[in-house]
Amino acid sequence: MINYQAIRVIYKYEMLRAWYTLLQTLAAPVISTSLYFVVFGAAIGSRIQEVEGVSYGVFIVPGLVMLSLLTQSIANASFGIFFPKFTGTIYEVMSAPLSFFEIVVGYVGAAASKSLILGLVILLTANLFVDLHIAHPLIMLLFLVLTCISFALFGFIIGLWATNFEKLQLIPMLVITPLVFLGGSFYSVNMLPPAWQTVTLFNPVLYLISGFRWSFFEVADVSVGISLAMISLFLLVCLALVWWMFKTGYRLKQ
Amino acid sequence: MQPIVKIQSLSKVYQGGQQALKAIDLDINEGEILALLGPNGAGKTTLISIICGIVSGSSGSISVAGHDIVSDYRVTRGLIGLVPQELTLGAFDTVWNTVNFSRGLFGKKPNPAYLEQLLKDLSLWDKRDSELRALSGGMKRRVLIAKALSHEPRILFLDEPTAGVDVELRQDMWRLVRRMNDSGVTIILTTHYIEEAEEIADRVGIINGGELLLVDDKHRLMRKLGKKVLQIELKHSIDELPAALADYNLEATEDGRHLVYTYDTDRERTGITALLQTLNELGLSLKDIKTSQSSLEEIFVKLVSSR
Repeated sequence: MINYQAIRVIYKYEMLRAWYTLLQTLAAPVISTSLYFVVFGAAIGSRIQEVEGVSYGVFIVPGLVMLSLLTQSIANASFGIFFPKFTGTIYEVMSAPLSFFEIVVGYVGAAASKSLILGLVILLTANLFVDLHIAHPLIMLLFLVLTCISFALFGFIIGLWATNFEKLQLIPMLVITPLVFLGGSFYSVNMLPPAWQTVTLFNPVLYLISGFRWSFFEVADVSVGISLAMISLFLLVCLALVWWMFKTGYRLKQ
Repeated sequence: MQPIVKIQSLSKVYQGGQQALKAIDLDINEGEILALLGPNGAGKTTLISIICGIVSGSSGSISVAGHDIVSDYRVTRGLIGLVPQELTLGAFDTVWNTVNFSRGLFGKKPNPAYLEQLLKDLSLWDKRDSELRALSGGMKRRVLIAKALSHEPRILFLDEPTAGVDVELRQDMWRLVRRMNDSGVTIILTTHYIEEAEEIADRVGIINGGELLLVDDKHRLMRKLGKKVLQIELKHSIDELPAALADYNLEATEDGRHLVYTYDTDRERTGITALLQTLNELGLSLKDIKTSQSSLEEIFVKLVSSR
């Protein structure tokens, strides 16, 4: 039997928390994305002309959306579970008749919903700067949803693992940000020297951005099927990890 | 009658190797108020945390209303409400939101009427829209109680409920505890204040160093371990104890005005009648008589120090 009421209240109050901090959760990413458009799209992009037959200002849109989506999914979900751990209010969740399933659906579902909304808002913002056409809207939406869920899960894992605020920031700052920047957010991999092209293939974020970009322009660094497979694989790995953490009570139960 | 909570040889060793509980056996009866008494670090919170599912036990088993707390945790946890020792509350939620959250977390459908009455009972209704961080310590304690009761539990655990609480809230709380108890809720509270256990509990369990030293009915416990003292004030002082009184466990005070008789209430014969008769025969007139009983505190100190 599933505790639907618990999923409902966790989801509701996590969404409500975003509402209290609306400026931080929505306005900040939108403003920073707009800045990227001004700097990369307008100032530098006017000198670059076209990449793979797409004007540079338009070319960077999928990468920019992914950049925000990844960082915000992780930040939302990691903070959502870390904060109750930090204040001690997690005792209530631990003593409630819940399985890991309800806890994950509630917290990760809310974090993923928030970043999905954010992604759509950024797309709308981008539309103000450039003329955007989406070749495969459904596949684009699929990539958005899968990315939000898997990286919210990943953030949830970080939030469970972190024992202080420093650790909470560590992986997003030291791992995720470099991977996103080197994953082709602002360029096509074909623009790199051949040796670096090979190195880039080991960056999982490349597959995400490439597949997502394909849904817009039908231009990709790797085939879209591989992209989908990679994101699904990442999702499964994160799920397995969360399941293991709850099974063993890792960092939750003594 | 089947106990509502049954704990069988429960042990807990923390990761650092610290043994918090040593083979605890305890039956908690439905509808009673049980006080777990013990000094800080005795294992009271660990015991409660294991029953509620926050900490895993190392060995042994616990059942709640006949259901195992591990395999049947959804049933057992739904029956239990917990008021933790620390004032652990979110900062930005309102009182109303946080009690609704708690109720939902335990799988109960929304019931604004019940929660309204609950907040009124706890004098929180006026504060329902206040943010939690704006509340005083006493108010936060009330919110924690409201959260624990939000899903209408059958068993309520109160971990050190009166730590840092003023007299008024303390009395409010005991009133509420009694009312909950009257409606059939089983209540388990931990405390290191003996007066509290003495005041409110039906049964008292004494924990020290991870061991449950004894559990007994409060009155029987005091009878069993408590000596009663009869103080007799004489009209005229005596120089020494008359020979006829030598057989009694009797002492005269230095001024010769008082006689102190120690006896066991548990014995068939207390010897009071005989003593009074002898005093009468000796022609000693009495001015006043007073009896007193050792408190739980004395019992507790005796038990803990004898280990």
